[in-house]
Amino acid sequence: MSLRDKLSEIKEKGLADIGQTDDLKTLNEIRVHLLGKKGPITAALRGIKELTPEERPEVGSYANKIRDAISEAVAQHRDQLETIQLNKQLAAEKIDVTLPGKPVAQGQPHVIQQIIDQIVDLFLGMGYEVLTGPEVEEDKYNFEMMNLPKNHPARDMQDTFYLSKEILMRTQTSPMQARALEKHDFSKGPLKMISPGIVYRRDTDDPTHSHQFHQVEGLVIDEHITMADLKGTLITMAQNIFGDKFDIRLRPSYFPFTEPSVEVDVTCFNCMGKGCDVCKHTGWIEVLGAGMVHPNVLKMAGVDSDVYGGFAFGVGPDRFAMLKYGVDDIRDFYLNDVRFLNQFSKRGN
Amino acid sequence: MKVSYKWLKQYLDLNMPAKDLAEKIERTAVEVDSVTVAEDGLKKLVVGHILSMKKHPESDHLHICSVDVGEDEPLQIVCGAPNVDAGQKVIVALPNSRIGGNVKIKRSKMRGVESEGMICALDEIGFSKDVVPKEWADGIYVFDDDVPVGEPIYHYLGMDDPIIDLDVTPNRGDMLSIIGTVHDLAAIYDQKPEIKKPSVEEDQSLDVNTEIKATADASLAKTYKLRVVEGVKIAPSPTWLQITLWNAGIRPINNVVDVTNYILLKYGQPLHSFDKDKIDGDIVVRNAKKGEKLVTLDEDEHELSPDDMVISDNDHPIALAGVMGGFNTQIDDETQNVVIESAIFDSFHIRKTAQRHVLHSEASQRFERGINPDGVEDALNEAVSMIKQLAGGRIAQGIVTASEYHPELPVISITAERTNHVLGTSLKLEEIKSIFDRLEFPSVEHGDTLAVTVPARRWDIHIDADLFEEVARIYGYDNLPVTLPTGRQTIGVLTPTQRLQRASRQILEGIGLTQAISYSLTTDAKAKMFLMRDSEPTKLLWPMTQDHTTLRMNLLSGLLDDVAYNHAHKVDDVSLYETGRVFYKDSADQIRPEEVEHVAGVITGNLTDPAWNNHVKPADFYLMKGMVNQFIVNLGIKGEIAYSATDQYPEMHPGRTANISIHGHNVGFVGQIHPQIAKKFKIKETYAFELNMQALIDLPKNDDQYQPIAKYPSVKRDISMIVDRETTNDEIVAVMNKRGGSYLSAIRLFDVYEGKNVPDGKKSMAYSLTYVNPRETLKDEVVNAAFEKIKKRLTADLNAEIR
Repeated sequence: MSLRDKLSEIKEKGLADIGQTDDLKTLNEIRVHLLGKKGPITAALRGIKELTPEERPEVGSYANKIRDAISEAVAQHRDQLETIQLNKQLAAEKIDVTLPGKPVAQGQPHVIQQIIDQIVDLFLGMGYEVLTGPEVEEDKYNFEMMNLPKNHPARDMQDTFYLSKEILMRTQTSPMQARALEKHDFSKGPLKMISPGIVYRRDTDDPTHSHQFHQVEGLVIDEHITMADLKGTLITMAQNIFGDKFDIRLRPSYFPFTEPSVEVDVTCFNCMGKGCDVCKHTGWIEVLGAGMVHPNVLKMAGVDSDVYGGFAFGVGPDRFAMLKYGVDDIRDFYLNDVRFLNQFSKRGN
Repeated sequence: MKVSYKWLKQYLDLNMPAKDLAEKIERTAVEVDSVTVAEDGLKKLVVGHILSMKKHPESDHLHICSVDVGEDEPLQIVCGAPNVDAGQKVIVALPNSRIGGNVKIKRSKMRGVESEGMICALDEIGFSKDVVPKEWADGIYVFDDDVPVGEPIYHYLGMDDPIIDLDVTPNRGDMLSIIGTVHDLAAIYDQKPEIKKPSVEEDQSLDVNTEIKATADASLAKTYKLRVVEGVKIAPSPTWLQITLWNAGIRPINNVVDVTNYILLKYGQPLHSFDKDKIDGDIVVRNAKKGEKLVTLDEDEHELSPDDMVISDNDHPIALAGVMGGFNTQIDDETQNVVIESAIFDSFHIRKTAQRHVLHSEASQRFERGINPDGVEDALNEAVSMIKQLAGGRIAQGIVTASEYHPELPVISITAERTNHVLGTSLKLEEIKSIFDRLEFPSVEHGDTLAVTVPARRWDIHIDADLFEEVARIYGYDNLPVTLPTGRQTIGVLTPTQRLQRASRQILEGIGLTQAISYSLTTDAKAKMFLMRDSEPTKLLWPMTQDHTTLRMNLLSGLLDDVAYNHAHKVDDVSLYETGRVFYKDSADQIRPEEVEHVAGVITGNLTDPAWNNHVKPADFYLMKGMVNQFIVNLGIKGEIAYSATDQYPEMHPGRTANISIHGHNVGFVGQIHPQIAKKFKIKETYAFELNMQALIDLPKNDDQYQPIAKYPSVKRDISMIVDRETTNDEIVAVMNKRGGSYLSAIRLFDVYEGKNVPDGKKSMAYSLTYVNPRETLKDEVVNAAFEKIKKRLTADLNAEIR
């Protein structure tokens, strides 16, 4: 048998052994045996010196091919065996993915906070600044500078918690209009602000009244601000908070600090405008009050009402939340039952 | 104001359904509370004629009536009303009819006698008892003779008239009348109604000035006028007038009083009628005297104050001016001569008097909102003419005028440019003029300007902005363009403080706490709890309830109320935080408190639900501390956060509470709620923190500078020691930090143990120390030397036994 035939035989046997192996350890032993210094190829090649110098390179290169073929076969077979082993392992690792995941603690913003944040974000995007003011307010800012002098009948509309004759719990966020107007430097640009906060009324708590609730005041004053701008701004807000399908309508109303004054209705949530018991069959739900800032308010704050003017609005986040989610008792917002609070997922709308 | 659609139609050509009219009013003038038609929901109610009547054999009060209802055979109906009688025309509820309160009437047997329906009283078919005339209050209603038998009743009782209930805003007092409403609707629908001036047929032989004299303080009554009618015959009003009143929610009384109420509805001008023969001497409009008393028409006695305004005769008050008449001078069945008063009383006095005596009448409501000065005399004239017509008598010649007021009518100039500038419209001056034409406001063009004269009936209009409102509403808010403000740009950003506040909420939510919003007003006792500084409580002058009298000086008591509410509703696991204001006062004399932003949190029970793979441990001090620490770390405040044991808060566990300070500034505390306080609030073991958020906002923040990550490997060494039980972690860490050498970068406590294998009074503490040299690989010798030094110092300084 020639050396070449011997090598061929080693190769055939080696490949057969590799193919029959079903575990990685044996495969490695085969590889070490075949290709190692004490292996059959090395042993066979000891006979190379008996060949003629012409034959030697040819047989040498043939031997290398055999080594390569064996290495290749081992690698391939290893891959196969590893895949089989991995599949076995994966099969063994199978779990019931329907078992519940491990609970993770995550708090939620209060639903009213979510509404306020939504309003704030919307108006930030429209270039408004956010101002906050005192909850304990002077009569001057809360009433007088809002065009509600001491004996004004409209003061009866809001019963007030007084701390003294002149100091009270603010009944509205409107005093922030007066405070902002007093401070604002119109040479630096228009005044565009919103002011969220807590307000207080001397009311008995019941499903629709709370002695404490929230308001967001809005105010825009510049040289040319129109009622059409107010209408556009309110539509933008309604659609941003409630959804694109919602429309608004303006109705004449009365607030001492705006003229013209309007009450703003939004499409009824319950019937989407068809008319139902919730909206008293009008298709509309009242959501906020607004108007063009009364010249007296501007004058009292030292702003020239011949040059500057604009609009103001007041939004009730509590009412928005009640309407949006169908909450029928305002007191639920202040009891902080965690089962209630955790229903309002923070999904950004 | 309940407005009759039929009454409006006497002046205006209106054909739309009442609901559409109401919607138009809402969009253009004032809010509409409701539109109701009294007959809605009623069924099979007809006029019946009682042909004959006999006593029920088994009853002493029931009668068996044979009633013609326009069918072939009369019906047999059993009736228990005391005033039922043969010959009457009555309201019959036929078998299978529906009466008020959604009650169905069926054929039935009453004490063995069949009754085919029911003869009804007004309150049984839906009338409010408040409007049913006294005559019909205790029995069935009897129609006038000319009502046709068998016809549905509704038309004959005004129940087919849609009633539009206007919710009039304080500025639109003019709409508290039919004429005012007609004027506005005329503008809305562009119609020209005819409103007739009343004429009076006076008796030349009677001079009013010899009949009665009156004086009035003009500051109390700007206008005060009287007329006299003599020889009237008091009787019930005709049905049409009764219907008009009860549809407006006013009870018909008699022909004289009803006329005054009718005029009130029509003109918005409250009138009062006195029995002339009960007045002693002259009439004076004045302030009440201290100690004076008056029994009003409702037979209540009122103690008067000098702030009240009264009408008096020579000796006594005879009416609470503009609010309610006096009992002693009221019109009764015997009255023959009447004095009718038409006046404008001062709105402020009226409001205060109505409030003081809790008498809010149709009259006071109108005086409070204002009276049309142009209508005072017309109303008076129409009233006496109607009285003469309905009650007979002679109208004395002339009017007694004690005071009189004719305002100068405002003339306001506007331009189209200014109007459009405010409204965002593009109206031409003639379009604007046409709106004022519709409103019947006289206007004159002078070049670009329009001079508008405001009639006296619109006393709410003073300035150009008021006129813009008129233009806007008549033009229609629906027709306004939709735009957004343009002009100089502004940047909308949160301030650094607002960003920090928003971030602080997000951090706390990320840690697992849910935001609560509690009441700022609480009890005095709760307001004073958890006081972080000396402060006096801020109290309301007139609190509404005992639970909300005082402004909070802490957030925690509110959160504990929230925990209690949850526990009471079987929710044991509560994790809440709140941000908000607390109110501090340095002294009791200070009226206005300082408002300080705080943040607080509570946890009780488990933070997460226990589950098959979640073996939770209930909240404890260290969980709360870990949260509050992470919160402060995330805010990036510069300086060390230090915790020191404190027993200064009576509401906190004295051995499980720490003051928190940053760089030496105390910012709040963390700990366990004192078990006794927990018991008082009825809550379980609860951990809490409260921080001065304002202080956290104000403290300097870390520089915006990053620390490079060390390139060389760190080396770890663990150390375990036994120390006295009283030795604190802070003491041990302080020694390590001081003596640890410059490469010690982190100390982590990984075990604390007391018990078996540790002597009594001792504890075992184990730390893992990390060394790193940012400039080169640390050599073992260097670390060993530093580590040995720590061991030595711990032994020497804290008597630690290194294991």
